[in-house]
Amino acid sequence: MSTIYILWLRQVKRYLRSRSRIIGSLAQPLLFLVALGFGFGPIFQKAGEGNYIDFLVPGVIAMSILFTSMFTGIEIIWDRQFGFLKETLVAPVSRLHIMIGRTLGGATVAIIQGIIIFLLSFFVGFRPYSLPLLPLAFIFMFLIAIIFTALGTAIASKLEDMQGFQLIMNFIIMPTFFLSGALFPLKEIPKILEIIVKFNPLAYGVDSIRGTLVNSSYFGLQTDVSVLIFLAIVLLSLGSYLFNKIQI
Amino acid sequence: MSNIIEVKNLTKRFNGFTAVDNISFEVKKGEIFAFLGPNGAGKTTTIKMLTTLLNPSSGQLLIDGHSSITDRNRARLTFGIVFQDPSLDDELTAYENMYFHSVLYKVPRAIRKARIKQLMEFVELWDRKEELVKRFSGGMKRRLEIARGFLHHPKVLFLDEPTLGLDPQTTNHIWTYIKDLNKKEGTTFFFTTHYMAEAEKIADRIAIIDRGKIIIIGTLAELKNKTRTDSLEDAFLALTGKKLRDEEASTLELLRTRRKMRHH
Repeated sequence: MSTIYILWLRQVKRYLRSRSRIIGSLAQPLLFLVALGFGFGPIFQKAGEGNYIDFLVPGVIAMSILFTSMFTGIEIIWDRQFGFLKETLVAPVSRLHIMIGRTLGGATVAIIQGIIIFLLSFFVGFRPYSLPLLPLAFIFMFLIAIIFTALGTAIASKLEDMQGFQLIMNFIIMPTFFLSGALFPLKEIPKILEIIVKFNPLAYGVDSIRGTLVNSSYFGLQTDVSVLIFLAIVLLSLGSYLFNKIQI
Repeated sequence: MSNIIEVKNLTKRFNGFTAVDNISFEVKKGEIFAFLGPNGAGKTTTIKMLTTLLNPSSGQLLIDGHSSITDRNRARLTFGIVFQDPSLDDELTAYENMYFHSVLYKVPRAIRKARIKQLMEFVELWDRKEELVKRFSGGMKRRLEIARGFLHHPKVLFLDEPTLGLDPQTTNHIWTYIKDLNKKEGTTFFFTTHYMAEAEKIADRIAIIDRGKIIIIGTLAELKNKTRTDSLEDAFLALTGKKLRDEEASTLELLRTRRKMRHH
């Protein structure tokens, strides 16, 4: 138990101490929000879809959570040779506890980022439609964070070199973000896109945040909840399994 | 029992290549044992198996009577290890690194702080305990790792190239720490090194491994006698030959190079 706690604590301390990383990683989501939000806003409104900023904020929150979570997971590649992770792999503690601590820590950091974006979006005029639903929104954000931290862990457990990192960035993280309905409504997209989106975990995450923050869910919150919880369990298991098999 | 490490018929095969070939040896309690070999000899693989990081293909490993294979966690409590590459958390303070180790190794809470202080003073780093480790020099990191490795009072301390790349002052301090701990606490030391002159001065017994097999084990005098040479270095070269051992850079070495580029 204390193992889980100190691994969680470590992730959080590392995050809180890296001011430049915090600010840097907020820049991109905010850029998307401001540039696309104000840029496409008028046309979106004209097409009868309402306020684009309101539509976009959940997408941008999900973006920051996705990126932060995956990075925490992927950090393992470096960490296992040159960092504290190696020390933990040799210690008389269960690997499962290490993985859980790390994942919870990474998810905590990701959700803090998500909440910061949420608060900053108030400056461009965003307001959540229902205060009582906010805690639910945060729970959904946490689920997304868990899913992607575990996914990052699973992938990184199989990689030995930082080269793979570039591939992951371009072929996994970016497509996941762009094809999740974070930036565009799913209402009348081409069939091919629709199929891809339906298989994208982030789509349900974005949808759930959109549902709780602006009352506009495409899949329905019930579907979102079931899918996200199911995925969280699957990916935590997969992540633990692969993490357990790491041999330095 | 007087043997703290027992290795019997240890073998490790990777995809048809035999890295460690049926080796057997013992290390006595309280010994300072040097494990030497040319590049690619199988030293690192052996240490990894001894420290539960790698599973052997066959054979037995006992540390203080506990098997490194079937009784992992108990074996892990009996040894500490200082790796060749630092395994500290750069973004945490020296104290925090020590503290985390104490939690992982179940050092009783009541004595944690006192023991951390004692060991950090031993390696002369207590006054820098609140500094982030990323500000430490290589030598300071190594000293911190030695203090950390000893935090849970292990019976054996494994060190992989402990003085590689360090300045003479730090190197001197490190060997002094090792001799001190060995004398005062009776800790057994198992280390690898390429610095023969150092191994000569400090090791009680030496094993030389090449191509996965142990060629010879004995005291310095025995080695010099058998090979009819005057120094450990000459004995080593006599046993393992003078030809260059070209290896392919492993992924770890590639990462190391990248890391050096980053930090310079």
